[in-house]
Amino acid sequence: MNIIETKNLTKKYGSFTAVDNVSFNVIKGEVFAFLGPNGAGKTTTIKILTTILNPTQGEVFLAGHNVKENPNETRKSFGIVFQDPSLDNELTAYENMQFHAILYGIKKSVYQKRIIDLLSLVELSDKKDLFVKNFSGGMKRRLEIARGLLHQPKVLFLDEPTIGLDPQTRNKVWAYIKDLNKNEQVTIFFTTHHMEEVERIAERVAIIDHGKILIIGTIEEILQKAGVKKLEEAFIKLTGGSIREEEGNVGLNQMRISNKLMR
Amino acid sequence: MQAIYILWLRQLKRFIRKKASIVGALGQPIIFLFAIGFGLSPIYALAGGGNYVQFLAPGIIVMSVLFTSIFTGLEIIWDKQFGFLKETFVAPVPRLQILLGKVLGGATVAMIQGVLVFLITLVAGFRPHWPSLPLAFLFLFLVAMLSSALGAAIAARLDDMQGFPLIFNFLVQPLFYLSGAIFPIKNLPPILDFITKINPFSYGVDGLRYAFSGANVFPPVLSITVLGVTIFLVLIIGVYQFSKVQL
Repeated sequence: MNIIETKNLTKKYGSFTAVDNVSFNVIKGEVFAFLGPNGAGKTTTIKILTTILNPTQGEVFLAGHNVKENPNETRKSFGIVFQDPSLDNELTAYENMQFHAILYGIKKSVYQKRIIDLLSLVELSDKKDLFVKNFSGGMKRRLEIARGLLHQPKVLFLDEPTIGLDPQTRNKVWAYIKDLNKNEQVTIFFTTHHMEEVERIAERVAIIDHGKILIIGTIEEILQKAGVKKLEEAFIKLTGGSIREEEGNVGLNQMRISNKLMR
Repeated sequence: MQAIYILWLRQLKRFIRKKASIVGALGQPIIFLFAIGFGLSPIYALAGGGNYVQFLAPGIIVMSVLFTSIFTGLEIIWDKQFGFLKETFVAPVPRLQILLGKVLGGATVAMIQGVLVFLITLVAGFRPHWPSLPLAFLFLFLVAMLSSALGAAIAARLDDMQGFPLIFNFLVQPLFYLSGAIFPIKNLPPILDFITKINPFSYGVDGLRYAFSGANVFPPVLSITVLGVTIFLVLIIGVYQFSKVQL
């Protein structure tokens, strides 16, 4: 059964096509990696799948809901950890969680316990009343993952969840995610530039470049088709060796960079 | 409703935690009150206007509410840049509720600031008509809602603070200076007369002055109607703008 279905998805910005006629499915319960060089269209696709960007053309179904026609039902079905931080630094960890719980209409008796449980899952229980501005990058990431799980989503989107994290924290983050997928059957849809993370955790992989899906399948299938031994070699073979520039709003990118530095 | 409440509460918490900016925002009204209030007081009395501080105080209160409120609305730009707006926008909450939560939060915060300035005007010698205090609060609330909604509607389509000086100098300042806050809007040159009459904040200042000291140019019911209708229109524009936001 497919939990995400996209049909002929296209997103154009003027003459620039960020996502070009993309169709793919994600199977319920799997760990799905969405790979591509910078500017390939990964984040744009995720934004469309998660209702914050309208596609120019095409359809998306997430957990049976038409994303464009029924955004609020769709929103209940997924959780997301964005590429850039999205916490309120002026609130405490608990308050950030509480804000999320109430926005998602969770009852107080339910969310109080769930927040405590999730904070202990990501090992932030003792930090729950600290302001997020005092958190390290890894702590913020863990808090965002916990927050994304608060409303028990069917799909969890993770857009470069381990960017800027040290190997210890990275391993921990992936361990949580793997457990979550095993124990709670949450479908995982993630992007990353670390191919060894993909080899370790993903069941199926799609590689996208210039807005088009180049290949989709299990890691074995991809290695076989590309005729190489490592995923990284397949990635470079398929997407070419040239370095990409990320286009976009200069001010926003500047902000993104300083945000990453501040983590 | 729950969503509106938590958005409102967040604004309130953020405001109360920034004590320095609360005190900082009192600076401008204090300068106005003492420099302009006391400075122009003798000439105003000579011209037969009476007590200038009594006249100016409602204008100064509106100023602090207007500025605080618009800036709180504009904070949405920060939410955008720091990513928090995405968290709000992927939640299963209609955009109208998000807007209302933000606007009510901004208005509440501005009301608190307005009350602090009101207390300062009392120290400066302002003597309000106490029984109509509830009416004064109604006018303050309408002014706060209007400016907060205005800030939010503008911020919805801005991606960074680069347009900020433009908004401040060409919108916020004129709205204040051309509202009859610092001078009476009677016997003005025609152009100025026209501008003050189409400025909705003139009705806020006038209404507040009516509540506090019984002096008014517009009938109070007209003032309430103008403010109410403008708030409604700006909210509609705001919802439309919010529905167009692509992150």
